[in-house]
Amino acid sequence: METRIGRLVVSSSPHIKSSVTIETAMRDVLIALTPALIMAVYFFRFSALAVIVTCVTTAMVSEAVCQKVRGRPVTVKDGSAAITGLLLAFCLPPTIPVWIAAVGSASAIVLAKQFFGGLGHNVFNPALVGRAIILASWPAAATTFVLPLDGVTSATPLEIMKGAVQGSVPAAWSEAVAQLPSLGDMFIGNIGGSLGETSVLALLLGGIYLLYKGHIDWRIPGMFIGSVFLLTAAYGALTGKGIILYSLYHVFGGGLMLGAIFMATDWVTSPITKQGRILFGLGCGIFTVIIRLYGGYPEGVCYSILLMNCCTPLIDRLVKPRVYGRRKNA
Amino acid sequence: MKKRTFVGGIHPPGNKVATVNKKIVAAEPPNNVFIPLIQHIGAPCHALVGVGDTVRVGQKIGDASAFVSAPVHASISGTVRSIVDIPGFGKCVEIENDGKNTLDPSIVHNPNPDSLTLDQLRQAVRNAGIVGMGGAAFPAHVKFNPLKDKPIEFLILNGSECEPYLTADHRVMLEYPDRILAGMKYIMKMLNCSKGYIGIEDNKMDAVEVMVELLLGTEEIQVVPLKAKYPQGSEKHLIYTCTGRVVPSGGLPMDVGVVVSNVSTAVAVADAVEKGMPLIERVVTVSGNGVKRPANYRVKIGTLISSLVEQSGGYNGRVGKIISGGPMMGRTLYSDKVPITKGTSGVLFLPNKEIANELPHSCVRCAKCVDACPMFLEPTTLYKNSDKEKWDTVERNNVLDCIECGSCSYVCPAKIPLTQYIRQAKEIVRSRQKSQAAKEAAAAKG
Ligand code: SF4
Ligand code: SF4
Repeated sequence: METRIGRLVVSSSPHIKSSVTIETAMRDVLIALTPALIMAVYFFRFSALAVIVTCVTTAMVSEAVCQKVRGRPVTVKDGSAAITGLLLAFCLPPTIPVWIAAVGSASAIVLAKQFFGGLGHNVFNPALVGRAIILASWPAAATTFVLPLDGVTSATPLEIMKGAVQGSVPAAWSEAVAQLPSLGDMFIGNIGGSLGETSVLALLLGGIYLLYKGHIDWRIPGMFIGSVFLLTAAYGALTGKGIILYSLYHVFGGGLMLGAIFMATDWVTSPITKQGRILFGLGCGIFTVIIRLYGGYPEGVCYSILLMNCCTPLIDRLVKPRVYGRRKNA
Repeated sequence: MKKRTFVGGIHPPGNKVATVNKKIVAAEPPNNVFIPLIQHIGAPCHALVGVGDTVRVGQKIGDASAFVSAPVHASISGTVRSIVDIPGFGKCVEIENDGKNTLDPSIVHNPNPDSLTLDQLRQAVRNAGIVGMGGAAFPAHVKFNPLKDKPIEFLILNGSECEPYLTADHRVMLEYPDRILAGMKYIMKMLNCSKGYIGIEDNKMDAVEVMVELLLGTEEIQVVPLKAKYPQGSEKHLIYTCTGRVVPSGGLPMDVGVVVSNVSTAVAVADAVEKGMPLIERVVTVSGNGVKRPANYRVKIGTLISSLVEQSGGYNGRVGKIISGGPMMGRTLYSDKVPITKGTSGVLFLPNKEIANELPHSCVRCAKCVDACPMFLEPTTLYKNSDKEKWDTVERNNVLDCIECGSCSYVCPAKIPLTQYIRQAKEIVRSRQKSQAAKEAAAAKG
C-alpha cells in the first residue's frame, strides 16, 4: 500500500508508528522477569541456573528448528521463545532433572505454539502447557520441593495448608500453622517452591514495570489475585482458620503471583477487551481457589489459567466494548 | 483548572519544539500562485476569470451556485496565466504576481459589524469563502446555519491541535487571541447559542493563559484545558471532553446541540465580517527533519510548497515523504509543486530514514489497538475479518464508526497497517450497503 513516485513515498495515514515492536515488548518482559531470576539463582543456586539455562536454550532451539521445518522465517530473535522457556523454568522445582525440563520446554514450543501456527495463533499459554505435561508425566519429580539454600526436602506452604503431605497430615490447623514459614519469608521468597515463583517481592517489581510500560492490563492480575484473596478469606472465616492471615498465605504462596502477573496476562491467550479481561481474571481466581481447596492438587494456578485460555475465544466473541455513540445492544 | 480528557487514544511524541516558539512570519510573496477551484467539501467552483485577465487581491475568481460550496479568491494581484489541472487538486487558476498587491474594490471595512443581521453575517462568511481550517474544509456558512429542529447550545472552538509537529493554531492563539474571540462572537451569534468553549491541550498552557486573561469577567465563553492526547481534536472527542455529550453513531455534532470550529476559522470569520476580507491566506507550519529551518508562515493560498521549502533553507538530506497536514491523519503529496489550500494546516517533510517500513508480523493479540481506539472498536478484529473478506462481520463490528484517526496503526507492535485495512473495509461496506439499498428499492418498485 506504499508507492514511490520519484523520490517520494505516497501512502495513507498514519505516517508515524510507535517505537514499540514485538521485540522491544518481549525485551521488556524479560527485564521484568529479571528480579525473579536473580532471586531464584540466589535461593536455589546452581540447580536453578541449570534448569533455567536448559529450558531457555531448549525453547529457543525448538522454535528455530520448527520454523526451519515449516519453511518460515526464524524469529528466535524476537525473544518470545526465551520467555516461554524462562517462565516454564520458573514453575518447575529446582531439583527437577534437567532432561525432564528439556522435554517440557520442547513440548511447550512444539505442541503448544508452533503446531498452532506460531506466535499469535496459540490458544494455550505454551509455558503452562509445558508444565502441565511435566506434571502429568513425572508427578513426583514435578512436586518435590526443597528449602532454599540448604536444599532439604520440604513441603511448600500450600502443601502444608492442604494438610496432605507425605503422610504428615497435621492433626489440627494449629499444627499446620506452626509448620508454615513466616509471611516475611514468603514475601522475600525464602521458602520451598518452584524456582521462580517464591519471591512475591521480585514478581511484584516485575509486574509494576510491565504495568508502567503498558504491556499488561491491571485488570487480569487485579481480578485474579483479588478474587483469590476474597474467596480464601471467606473460606478461612467459615472454617475458623482465620481470615486475613489465611488468605495472605494463599496469595503469597504457590504460583499465584507468577501466574497472575506473567502468565494470565500473556497477550496471545487472554481476552482483548477490558471487560473480557475482568471476566478472565475472575475466572482464573475462582478456578484456582476451587482447585486449591477442593481439588486433588494443592496448587491450581496452572490449570485454572489453561482453563480460562480455553474460554478466551468465547469471551472475545461475547464481550464487546460498547462502541462510542451507539446505544446498548444496538 | 481541572484538565479533562477522553478514554482511549495515544501519546505520540509531540515534535513541536522546532516551531512552537517561532512567531508567525509572512511568507515571501510568491511569483505565482495556483488556486484550486475546489478547496472544500461540496460542489466545485467554476472559474469566473479567463487566461489573460487581470485580477486583484481578494477578487472572487471562482464560485458555484450550490449551497454546499465556497467561492475562491485571488490571493495576489496580477494576471491569470493558465487554468491547469494539478493531479489531486483539480483545476487551479494560475496567477502571476505583479508584485503590487492591489486590493480589489469589493473589499471594504464594515464600520458597524455588530449591526449585521444573522443572514448578512452568513452571507459575509460565504462571500469570504470560509471553510473549516482544521483540515476537513467544510463550508462554514453551512455549518453556521443551524436547522430549525436542531438548536445549537454550544460552540466549541478547537484549539487542541493534537497532531504532532503542528503549531499553527498554537501560534494563532498566542498572537491573535482577540481576533479569535471576535470571530467566536460572530459565530455564536449566527448559531444563536449563548455558551462557547475553547478547548486547548495542556501542552499549550501559555495559550490557555492568554485566552483566560482575555476572557476575564466573561461568562459565556470558557477555556477548557484538555490533557494532551491524540486524537483530542477529533470533533466527537472534543465534544465529549468539553460537554460530556456523545454524538450518536452516524450523527453530527448538531444532533447534540454543538458546533465545533477551528480557532483559525474564527479569525477568518472576524476578518470577513469586520474587514470584508476573504480567506486568501492562512497560517501553515512547515516542519520535520527533512527541512532545514522549520517555521510558521502566513501563506497566500495557492503558494507552491516548493517556495516555502526555499524560504526554509531547502531540504535537509533526502526527503522520503511530504505530508500535507499532521503525521497521523495527513495525506502524502507526490510532489512539492502543489499549492497550499485553505485546509492546509501544515506541511511536513520526513527524511527517508524516518519512514517506517517494517514488514508486518501476524497479530500477537496484545490488544494495544483495542485499548487505543477512541471509538471503542476492535481494530484487530476488523482487520482480521477484512483480511478474510468477511464483510458482514466487519459491518456488524461497527466498522463505519471508525474515524480513521490512525491510533491503532500507531500502537500496533506487529506493525500491521490496521487503519489502511479498516479504511478499505469501510469503503467496501458502504458500497455494499448502497447496492443493497438499491436492490431493495428496485424490489419495492417491483
Ligand atoms: S479503528 Fe479507526 S477509530 Fe479506532 S483507532 Fe483505528 S483508525 Fe482510530
Ligand atoms: S495492536 Fe496489532 S498485534 Fe496488538 S492486537 Fe492489535 S493488531 Fe494485534
